[in-house]
Amino acid sequence: MAYALQQLINGVALGMIYGLIAVGYTMVYGIIGMINFAHGDIFMVGAFVALITIVLLLSGGIMEGPGAIMLVLLVSMCVTALYGWTVERVAYRPLRGSFRLAPLISAIGMSIVLQNYVQVAQGARVKPLEPIVPGGFTVMTEGTFVVQVSWMQLVIVLVTLAVLAVFTWLVTRTALGRSMRACEQDRRMAQLLGINTDRVISITFVIGAALASVAGMMYLLRYGVIDFYIGFLAGVKAFTAAVLGGIGSLPGAVLGGLLIGLIETFWSAYFSVAYKDVATFAILAIVLIFMPTGLLGRAEVEKV
Amino acid sequence: MKGLDPQAALKDMLLAGLVALGLFAPLVGLRTDVSPTGALFIRTRWTDVAIIVGLVMAGRLAMHIFLARREARAAMADLSKPGRFATQAAFLARILGPVLLGVALLLPAIPGIGRYELDLGILVLTYIMLGWGLNIVVGLAGLLDLGYVAFYAVGAYSYALLAQYFGFSFWLCLPLAGILAAFWGILLGFPVLRLRGDYLAIVTLAFGEIIRIVLLNWVSLTGGSNGISGIPRPSFFGLPFSMEGGPGTFAGFFGIEPSPVHRVIFLYYLILALAMLTNWVSIRIRKQPLGRAWEAMREDEIACRSLGINIRNTKLSAFMIGAMFGGFAGAFFATRQGFISPESFTFIESAIILAIVVLGGLGSQIGVAIAAIVMIGGFELFRDLEEWRMLVFGAAMVLIMVWRPRGLVGSRQPTVVLRERRRIGSEHVAEGRG
Repeated sequence: MAYALQQLINGVALGMIYGLIAVGYTMVYGIIGMINFAHGDIFMVGAFVALITIVLLLSGGIMEGPGAIMLVLLVSMCVTALYGWTVERVAYRPLRGSFRLAPLISAIGMSIVLQNYVQVAQGARVKPLEPIVPGGFTVMTEGTFVVQVSWMQLVIVLVTLAVLAVFTWLVTRTALGRSMRACEQDRRMAQLLGINTDRVISITFVIGAALASVAGMMYLLRYGVIDFYIGFLAGVKAFTAAVLGGIGSLPGAVLGGLLIGLIETFWSAYFSVAYKDVATFAILAIVLIFMPTGLLGRAEVEKV
Repeated sequence: MKGLDPQAALKDMLLAGLVALGLFAPLVGLRTDVSPTGALFIRTRWTDVAIIVGLVMAGRLAMHIFLARREARAAMADLSKPGRFATQAAFLARILGPVLLGVALLLPAIPGIGRYELDLGILVLTYIMLGWGLNIVVGLAGLLDLGYVAFYAVGAYSYALLAQYFGFSFWLCLPLAGILAAFWGILLGFPVLRLRGDYLAIVTLAFGEIIRIVLLNWVSLTGGSNGISGIPRPSFFGLPFSMEGGPGTFAGFFGIEPSPVHRVIFLYYLILALAMLTNWVSIRIRKQPLGRAWEAMREDEIACRSLGINIRNTKLSAFMIGAMFGGFAGAFFATRQGFISPESFTFIESAIILAIVVLGGLGSQIGVAIAAIVMIGGFELFRDLEEWRMLVFGAAMVLIMVWRPRGLVGSRQPTVVLRERRRIGSEHVAEGRG
């Protein structure tokens, strides 16, 4: 019981990270109907920017308190958003209206570029970081097993919820959000009605990248080790989360992320760590085959 | 006619410089390193940032000048004529095939071609073969497969394991590897019959990763990450290549001086033959009902279904035949290397093969060959740059895609014609061409 509770806590914290990345996939897919293959690597870039900022602040001796974490978050979001914007501008915009495979190949190329660029710029070795927010509190004790929530996990959950709240407000209550939803429903019609669709798509990439950078920073703080290759697996799993929740649906992406996080944690805890990725991939296949619209997605009507 | 607006160009250049500064200052300018005590510290590299930003600004300005000049030229050109490039490409495509084949056949005899060049030729031909195999699935049948490397792995491991546990020879294993890979193609094809487009892509990616993870973790059978070594090398139809030169060996039988190059030349012709077999089979099948069904399914699945084409069998046969050639290539890879490990079958391999197919122009045999030569040969050119070459490779993928979204060879003659032969532009078809 205590063991399961501990796994639940770990799983939720991990799931939040996947959820944040999944939102980026689902938004881009909703608006331009392509898998942004480089999104996982944007997440990785976010983690690196956060790492660099933290090391800078540490060497300046001002890495203390929630203010510093906020500052790191802000810097990381800004720089990563710039990366998201540039990727869209360089690799996807020239291919808009081209046939389906072209942006996908371009995205795979961009993913390779980002990975190797960070490897060249920051070195191939893993970067260890000492815990910024150590400690935690005990929820319950059962025999010798102590269920702990670390402060870091709490920070992850709280920051994620706050970011998602702001994001939900942005999409549902503002003019920008309205034009985003309009583009998602019918891009050509939205354009006819005077929405600058190119700008909306750019902003979508910017927001997606900013959310991914939050996830990247949380990942860095939680695990304390990053390298240039973390983006691929995290990206595929977040995409699985987006599909599981129903691609195009924002709450679905978060829900899917939570489920994937929980499944992965429980699988590693009770079955085998070596095959945890197989579990995720198998779920992806099973969901797509039996429930192609996901949990909260709308069924796609095909007009002939 | 619009010329260059210096003010706008300058403004844009400054903006590009600013963006580049924002992009590269944190990640290039501030490098984190691990100090001997294990803590991270920062090394600044502002000169590098300045150089990159300068390059970006210069590149942006050059692009403006180039675009302005091209616009000015385009305004004067006669639009009713087909593009110069398209005509040239069509002519080139017609004569390039035989020329390339001739060069490939004579390559080992060309003076100055040593072992290194032959090894490179083998590598390029392996990718050409994989590209043609995947082309059946993606280019002809229109099924986007991101896990093709799984079948390559199945082929390689089939040969390695059969040779290790049962002592089967290469010539027995080659067809077996193909059959096993085809079987896996059907097995993985069945669940994804209903999926389309990007969903299909991501599930095939998942399957590819599952196979790799299983190979990695099933240590008792596959040796895990240590891989399988000591895979037997191929023999010349029963005559082994050996340096001793006894009567039972290749050199001894033909009465020539034993040389390690013999095996390389043999491997070269072997993969050339396998690749040409793939090519020949794809071209032949394309003219048969099955191939026509593939191409029709690629264009419109619903229309096919309405016309009574069995979509299930059509899709499964595409997966099966594509996988079979992947399996052949895998067995060849295993025998050439003598050592295989899951490391060789990562997602990036699938991405490279798919990139070759798409960059070559979907469905175009010669395009795939050219793309493989350009990408793999180019990759080899940058060999001395170590970690930079993957960066260049990815950038090349993006640039070629942006430059020619339809691939290098943009049009081809249709397979089946009614009365007269007309060229089909790539803009008329949904995915592949012709």
